Amino acid sequence: MEAIFIIEKLVLIVVVFVLTLVIAMYSTLAERKVAGFMQDRKGPDRAGPFGILQPLADGGKFFFKEEIIPAGAHKGLFIAGPTIAIITACISSAVIPWGQSLQIGGRTVELQVADVNVGVLYIFGVIALGVYGIMLGGWASNNKFSLMGAIRAASQSISYEVAMGLSIIALLMVTQTLSLKEIVAQQEGFVNWNIWVQPLGFIIFMTCAFAECNRVPFDLPECETELVGGYHTEYSSMKLGLYMFSEYINMFVSSAVMSTLYFGGYNFPFMYDLGLSQNWITVIGVLVFFLKIFAFIFFFMWIRWTLPRFRYDQLMNLGWKILIPLAIANIVLTGVITLIKDTYW
Amino acid sequence: MEAATNSTPVDYLPILLQMLVAVGFGVTTIIGTHLIGPKLRTENKLSSFESGIEVIGNARQPVSIKYFMVAILFVIFDVEVIFMYPWAVNFRSLGMEGLIEMFIFMGLLLLGFIYVIKKRALEWD
Amino acid sequence: MSLFYFVAFLSIFFSLMVIITKNPVHSVLYLVITFFTFTVHYVLLNAQFLAVVNFIVYMGAIMVLFLFVLMLLNLNKETEPMKSVLIKVIGAVAGMCLLVTVAGSIRAMEVSDPLILKNPDIGLVSSLGKVLFNEFLLPFEISSLLLLTAMVGAVLLAKKEQKSI
Repeated sequence: MEAIFIIEKLVLIVVVFVLTLVIAMYSTLAERKVAGFMQDRKGPDRAGPFGILQPLADGGKFFFKEEIIPAGAHKGLFIAGPTIAIITACISSAVIPWGQSLQIGGRTVELQVADVNVGVLYIFGVIALGVYGIMLGGWASNNKFSLMGAIRAASQSISYEVAMGLSIIALLMVTQTLSLKEIVAQQEGFVNWNIWVQPLGFIIFMTCAFAECNRVPFDLPECETELVGGYHTEYSSMKLGLYMFSEYINMFVSSAVMSTLYFGGYNFPFMYDLGLSQNWITVIGVLVFFLKIFAFIFFFMWIRWTLPRFRYDQLMNLGWKILIPLAIANIVLTGVITLIKDTYW
Repeated sequence: MEAATNSTPVDYLPILLQMLVAVGFGVTTIIGTHLIGPKLRTENKLSSFESGIEVIGNARQPVSIKYFMVAILFVIFDVEVIFMYPWAVNFRSLGMEGLIEMFIFMGLLLLGFIYVIKKRALEWD
Repeated sequence: MSLFYFVAFLSIFFSLMVIITKNPVHSVLYLVITFFTFTVHYVLLNAQFLAVVNFIVYMGAIMVLFLFVLMLLNLNKETEPMKSVLIKVIGAVAGMCLLVTVAGSIRAMEVSDPLILKNPDIGLVSSLGKVLFNEFLLPFEISSLLLLTAMVGAVLLAKKEQKSI
């Protein structure tokens, strides 16, 4: 364990961290711009050219607002809620391989913060922890809307976690490894992408990702028309900001996970046929990866302005009675087909 | 499958570092916003928001048992899914036998799942 | 080794906090932290799958269930049920039994050599799967029966039979 290893990792962590925050910030602007585009209007365009400074203005405003802790609230947990939410959102990106390796001065620098043997499960664990931030915040507020929103959010997220886990099992039967690095390395080129062998699994996974991020059409925990603001009704200033931020970070990370697992991560067609050096392949790979992520983020927003919200019983029925049986059927199908292929081909 | 060796606890050190960075960011932001923002408290401002209606009672009322049902089913299924990971990773080497073994396991649980649905324990009406 | 003692100290400290704090929600949170230190222990032993299972199932699932149960109960009741003398006596007896068991097991335990794993990969997912689906197949299938029982039990407890109309 040399010091240079730690420094290298720290630099990578900080770069990823800053990138995550910037992307989360600009997702808010992008969301409003997309909304404007879909509804045939301009969206924010006053702060800077094309409203490019809008997120900075919003962020600054969050800091300069008064923070209000309601009289009946449990003070410690009220503060802990958004902190836990942002921490869990920020650590989930640790195992994602952002690119291949760079050769810098004779050292090979892996563009992945931590290559752990159980990468997929690590992400699951962190997602499972995300429930705490919402639940504690909602409970500590001592507000009926908040509590309702928190409990809805928690039971929604745990319901869809099951289907998500089952859809991943089918993928793992194909990849035979839990390490995200190896999963991406297997999907070299274009025809090896996992989406071609696991289309049903991907659809289930994506639906669950929408539900885990509390995005429309699964935004029942915070639906304005019923619950005012859901679990963050009582929150103000940067505490509210942190909740929203963690939501956008979650959206970014789940887009990254979807492109890693199913769309080949940093792989792009003909990557080894162009005669490029390793460093160039890596750089282009990183750009391609981010393009895929942005495409998914756009998809998230597109859905938001297209679909209406589910009713609560519909949400639960979809999670338990449709997605889980479908995911199990997918596992059975994958198992049988793979075995038949292995024995008779 | 032997390629997955050489996996040691050191792999987890960067995760710890990232956790430290994340905690640092979260705590700094919370403290920063606490210091910067104005502080002007009035009694009305600190009461909980109930769409302008007078607050009645405490919010921490017991919630419906259905949520508890969902939570306990989630725990059971989570354990089931956890059992499937070691199988999925070894799926090819275990072959047909493994598949049948897992089908028995899944079948038994599906039986329970059908029971739950037939009992209408997951109905939200 | 010093790392182990540090993490072990944290586990004991937080588990003590679980029983010392009065607020049940705080207790749950301290329990979550205690489980997290267990995860670190598993990682230090290179039992990676077990570590992440502990992370997902205990921290992510069972503790969420605990929080749900807390919200199901009415926490505001100032009139917390008074503990009767009988319950205190029973508690003391149970605690003593546990103490005797622990003391007995410590006496029976032999000091082994510092544990060196013959195969450091034994805790990884793939090796675990091979063992689970060959040597421990029967316990594995029986565990599904256990889960089935839990499911049926939960439904029976939570769902009252509809009165026939």
